[in-house]
Amino acid sequence: MSNLLVNERDVVIPGEALAEGMDFLPGDNTYRENEKIYSKVLGLVGVAGRVIRITPLSGPYVPRVGDKIIGRVIDITMTGWRVDTGTAYSAILNVKDATTRYIKKEEDLSKIISVGDYLVVKIINVTSQNLIDLTMKEPGLFKTVGGRVISVNNQKVPRVIGKQGSMINLIKSRTNCDITIGQNGVIWIRGTPENELIAVRAIKLVEEKSHYGGLTERMEKFLTENGAVASASVPEAVPAESTSDMLEEN
Amino acid sequence: MAYTKRLDGRKFDEIRPIEAKAGVIPNADGSAYFKAGNTVAYAAVYGPRELFPKHLQNPKKGIIRCYYNMMPFSGSGERIRPGGNRRAQEISMVMTNALNPVVDLSAFPNTVVDIFVELPQTDAGTRCAAICAACIALADAGIPMKDMVSAVAVGQVDGAIVADLIYDEEAYPAIVSDIPVAILHNSKEVTLLQMDGEISKEDLIKAVEMAQKVSEKIYQVQKQALKDKFAREEM
Repeated sequence: MSNLLVNERDVVIPGEALAEGMDFLPGDNTYRENEKIYSKVLGLVGVAGRVIRITPLSGPYVPRVGDKIIGRVIDITMTGWRVDTGTAYSAILNVKDATTRYIKKEEDLSKIISVGDYLVVKIINVTSQNLIDLTMKEPGLFKTVGGRVISVNNQKVPRVIGKQGSMINLIKSRTNCDITIGQNGVIWIRGTPENELIAVRAIKLVEEKSHYGGLTERMEKFLTENGAVASASVPEAVPAESTSDMLEEN
Repeated sequence: MAYTKRLDGRKFDEIRPIEAKAGVIPNADGSAYFKAGNTVAYAAVYGPRELFPKHLQNPKKGIIRCYYNMMPFSGSGERIRPGGNRRAQEISMVMTNALNPVVDLSAFPNTVVDIFVELPQTDAGTRCAAICAACIALADAGIPMKDMVSAVAVGQVDGAIVADLIYDEEAYPAIVSDIPVAILHNSKEVTLLQMDGEISKEDLIKAVEMAQKVSEKIYQVQKQALKDKFAREEM
């Protein structure tokens, strides 16, 4: 006899029993012990068929292959750049993954990308020890010029993007800013200084109120109140954000 | 002379009123407040982050480091010298040992999770309050953990087995013992067991059994603190 001890979308704490019996399978962030399945993190319960998984409500960014992130260059090595990812682990961007241009052996790498630059990059490899390789050679990956960088909790990134990018597209079109979001929670914003400030406040509002329903309407109101009006000229195309692991909007 | 009535009027197995709150320090990755009677603990968790000095790094898993600190003005009025001392060093170590069996940092090799616990007001049972606060803060920080840790002091005051001693009971002019115990919720494993004073074998067994019973009440408060943080936002 197996039964579920919690409901879908309940908040559970580490060590809380989720189900008993062998009919359920432990998914992400859970473990089985003595015929019972327990949670391993603070998060929301999700049941998909027989599999129980927990979506964390907080926690560190875990680098995954294919994630687009924004990082700061912290060092230049013989063969590339070391990039701070905002986690415990820094990443390596190799010269061959940085540009399609031929780079001579004696060339000064700091002329291409220097320390302190922010890069929009994609993770191409993560080892068991969390050593990270990056690439900047795909469309939508670039070295940022100008603008400002802010950081939000990485677990809130899906809410900042919104369903099908609804939230971020709203902020982009109303503030006329280029906005690029990294899965690690680092966000790059470029527009006029006034509009950048409105965009920063808008994103901070999403982070703060991420658990409330009707967030898009709330945002619409906030932007109107702060004088960000819809403009005819849509900001220059910034590549669509990865929508693979977005949460459903309540 | 027998201890028939507790100094603050509680029942022998009654713990002090406890309060807990998660997410009290915005800058930290996870934080918590825990109050048991007049003992107050604040815990802040940072990490996983890069660990220095490098020789402490473990390539198999991340490690945790605890810092326990009683504030200079926290006690009865006698000013304590600020900063580390032998006692704080020991308690930091036993806290790390009490929390280590539950945290699972195998996904974060070579890193450290730092846990800072500050006690602005103390009235005995500080290491237990510190462990309770640290455990809530770790869960709040999203650190993978297989269980929750609840800690309480039990002991014997002049022949009576009591739970959650206050300072005046520890200082009672008779044979007294003070036994801080940390217990995991699911497995009931004991991860901290220290003793100050003297107690008979039979009484020790009774005291630890009492600790197991009352730690359940502390667990419920810890659980509620974590759930409240997100229930508040979910509306």
